[in-house]
Amino acid sequence: MRIACPHCGLRDVREFTYLGDATLARPDPQAPDAVDRFISYVYTRDNPAGSHRELWYHGAGCQAWLAVERDTRTHAIAAVRSCKAGL
Amino acid sequence: MHYSGWTLAWNALSGHKNWRPAWRDAPPKASYDVVIVGAGGHGLATAHYLAKEHGLTNVAVLEKNWIGSGNAGRNTTIIRSNYLLPGNERFYEWSMKLWEGLERDLNYNTMVSQRGIINIYHSDVQRDAFARRGNSMRLHGAGGELLDREHVRALLPYLDYDNARFPIHGGLMQSRGGTARHDAVVWGYARAASERGVDIVQNCEVTGITVENGRAVGLETTRGAIRAKKIGIVVAGNSSRLAAMAGFRLPIESHVLQAFVSEGIKPLVDHVITFGAGHFYISQSDKGGLVFGGDIDGYNSYAQRGNLPTVEDVCEGGMALMPLIGRLRVLRSWGGLVDMSMDGSPIIDHTPVGGLYLNAGWCYGGFKATPGSGFCFAHLIARDEPHPAANEFRLDRYAKGDVLDERGAGPQPNLH
Repeated sequence: MRIACPHCGLRDVREFTYLGDATLARPDPQAPDAVDRFISYVYTRDNPAGSHRELWYHGAGCQAWLAVERDTRTHAIAAVRSCKAGL
Repeated sequence: MHYSGWTLAWNALSGHKNWRPAWRDAPPKASYDVVIVGAGGHGLATAHYLAKEHGLTNVAVLEKNWIGSGNAGRNTTIIRSNYLLPGNERFYEWSMKLWEGLERDLNYNTMVSQRGIINIYHSDVQRDAFARRGNSMRLHGAGGELLDREHVRALLPYLDYDNARFPIHGGLMQSRGGTARHDAVVWGYARAASERGVDIVQNCEVTGITVENGRAVGLETTRGAIRAKKIGIVVAGNSSRLAAMAGFRLPIESHVLQAFVSEGIKPLVDHVITFGAGHFYISQSDKGGLVFGGDIDGYNSYAQRGNLPTVEDVCEGGMALMPLIGRLRVLRSWGGLVDMSMDGSPIIDHTPVGGLYLNAGWCYGGFKATPGSGFCFAHLIARDEPHPAANEFRLDRYAKGDVLDERGAGPQPNLH
């Protein structure tokens, strides 16, 4: 598997570290149901079989966090972009 | 047909023309008392214990491919009960006791081989951690001996004891651990369940779960709709997909775990050995191949195949532990889909949907759990209360903070 880093070009997956689901949004701690939302944020996942938006860190390259759109059934990568502008 | 030396001799003398299929490939009926989704080892074991321990025989086990085509055929066949945390150790020791009586229970040769498992340690700190784990094992009746370097050398003379970076200081041995034959476990449970009247339905993929008034009442499948009073999900790797059909999410990510087998060689590895300085475990099959594995690839996957960096990492672990395998060729490799849970421990519990039960989250340790998992899941389904050996495998433990995090890695599935 290789990831097309927007800064460094097509690089071997060994250069990257995987974090996980990029669609999680940190809940508002002031919300009335904040506890339930945080439990869901920390512990439960959609875990889709198919397109998955996920976070990879290019530690052995530009050290940027990347949002990668990858098909979990085939490992084919559809899109990669830097997280600088937000997730 | 009861298997014995007598039936073997009689069939041999009559030209092997009178053997019958070991189990019945059934068409699905319109309704059952209990439907188990997933005919791997855990699902078939559940059906067997439902019938044997609880008298429930109006039961079907649905399988989307052929029985044992998922993780039951994609593991390294290791059995052991060498955990630290009481909630885990109690369960795995119960499972180990079931392994020890499995062949008599099933009247089937599951080739349980208690050849002993040795976890190698490489530093004083690791020795202390293993001593603590060994104490926990002994408190639960699982046995366990802390071996010093010379004792390990006497048992395993071929390891690299003077490795500059990872010198071997000793090992923690559970002599009751070992291996079993994965296919025979599947077939043995299928045969025993089928003989008690359980329907094993192959090529029957579940496409939907019918929920009425908050209760699961049936399944949509590729072989038609099936009604059920109770439904058990045992589909490691695909648990989140089934949960999504019933409208809830799980504390699970699906990952791919690779394993490997070398070309066959003469007997070399008599035990199961694990490397303590990296992640590598190895045993030798009866055919002579070295069966080994290591870490998961580490990213979400439903692909049943992994990537080369993990292959290299596993082989490097092997070379650091036992350099004599360096000239062996790898014959085959395979990838299995594992449910990586948020604390590295499994879930056997009710779900938010009534009548729907969940058995999931086995990470990369499901094979050894097969008998215990089936026994405890059957108990939960039949009696609607958890079996004492599995009462910490609750789905709500994450919300309550009662996680069973053997490794202390936190809610990051690819670190467990």
